[in-house]
Amino acid sequence: MILSEQKPFEEILGYLDGEKSVFILGCNGCAQSSGSGGPVQVEEMKAKLEEAGKKVTGTKVIDFLCEKALVKSGLRGRVDQVAAADSILVMTCGIGIQAVAASVNKVCHPACNTVNLGGSRGEWRGSERCQECGQCLLDYTGGICPLTACTKSLISGACGGASNGKCELSPDRDCGWELIYNRLKAKGQLDKLKVFIDPLDHGKLMARPEMLATSRYALENLDQEVKVE
Amino acid sequence: MSLQSKLESGKFAITCEVGPLKGTDIHEVEENAELLKGKVDAANVTDQQSSVMRLGSLVTSHVILQKGLEPIYQLVCRDRNRIALQSDLLSAWVLGIKNVLSITGDLPQLGDHPEAKAVFDLDSVTLLQAIGKLNNGTDMNGNELQGQPSFFPGAVVKVESDTEASMELQIAKLERKVAVGARFIQTQAVYDADSFGKFMKRVEKFKVPILAGVIPLKSAGMAKYMNRGVAGVSVPDDLIQKMTDATDKAATGIQICADLIKQLKPLCQGVHIMAIGWEKRVPEIIQAAGL
Repeated sequence: MILSEQKPFEEILGYLDGEKSVFILGCNGCAQSSGSGGPVQVEEMKAKLEEAGKKVTGTKVIDFLCEKALVKSGLRGRVDQVAAADSILVMTCGIGIQAVAASVNKVCHPACNTVNLGGSRGEWRGSERCQECGQCLLDYTGGICPLTACTKSLISGACGGASNGKCELSPDRDCGWELIYNRLKAKGQLDKLKVFIDPLDHGKLMARPEMLATSRYALENLDQEVKVE
Repeated sequence: MSLQSKLESGKFAITCEVGPLKGTDIHEVEENAELLKGKVDAANVTDQQSSVMRLGSLVTSHVILQKGLEPIYQLVCRDRNRIALQSDLLSAWVLGIKNVLSITGDLPQLGDHPEAKAVFDLDSVTLLQAIGKLNNGTDMNGNELQGQPSFFPGAVVKVESDTEASMELQIAKLERKVAVGARFIQTQAVYDADSFGKFMKRVEKFKVPILAGVIPLKSAGMAKYMNRGVAGVSVPDDLIQKMTDATDKAATGIQICADLIKQLKPLCQGVHIMAIGWEKRVPEIIQAAGL
């Protein structure tokens, strides 16, 4: 899932400056789970905007705003309400906001910020994180990722900043490299600390250009040839 | 005699620190350089220490070199990627800078620009490897250089650790630093000669000159602050008591530091005096230590 949180209300009001009316769109997917754009939050937003003097022409919560076909079918029957509004306030993640903006010929304002998941897959029970680095180092580090366990993502071992096993950034956070040391020791693999790991290839750490710039991996384009401009 | 020839000929070396200020005023740096030249073998020029933005270490190294004080150019990996690091190293060589100290660097969150992007493209070990390659006439990727440097690269190590894991990780990393080319080592501040002696026993097999770090105490409060807030620094209670009881705090702090240097001298190859604002008193410390 994707984690999102609502922007400060003042920021949202700023986007609506000079506009009189707005249509509010929420999402029954991740935004509902995140508590940022489900039915409850849409109703709260409606009340706050009306109190601030805005006319809310209508609201709708759709299952998965990230799916353009669902956005279009979900708004069928609300066309008049959408047309009557100066803009749409979209209460979901960055993908959903983009999908709505691409589907509806209307100004779309984001109501949420999408939170970096730090290598998890959303709300997750486990503490393990994967940064998708494309050059897995776990063999050298006892199965604990130095990129996500260490706040500096160091590959050559601990910095000098830890105190009593805790990271200099926060006493709540374990030093990732001390975790790695203890794991390697427990598994009889301390020799791994002597391995020299080459500097990371940041080309692999970044999303591949085709992932970022085109919809090559989007299911909706599966049967079409994608043109890279 | 240069720092390199001094250490390579087995003589006891003295280094200290010169910290660039925030801004363009270099009067104090120049004054300190005048005062320290001839008294120390070289001075570290810190690089955006504690993630606080200041005048750069490359230019400041050049400034003190012009004043006749040999610089140890500190280079942290937090603020530059491998292209900028290698380029700055080539620039340093062109400016006559020979000693380079490779440091990973603190997190930006600890400094005065906590919103900054931390780079850490390289770290203290992989930067040393890059310096080694430049010394061999190529960049990190093996592309040939036109004109090559011959740096004297150094690195740092923390002596006091509060967990077994931290201790072993420091030693393992030191071994890797030496393996990829570190030719001298400066330590985090030491206050206990016995504990330093034990550390030296463990690392003597790496056959690299080690300069013990010392910080003169200015007050008992400073000692307590370091115990609380600076990883790897542990000031023993009896020294804190001495500082509390002292009427002349400065004289006592300098005497404690000089006595410590006397105890450390037979154990290592040099001393690194981090005066933190007391740069002008470094000659006093050296004299009191009988160096």
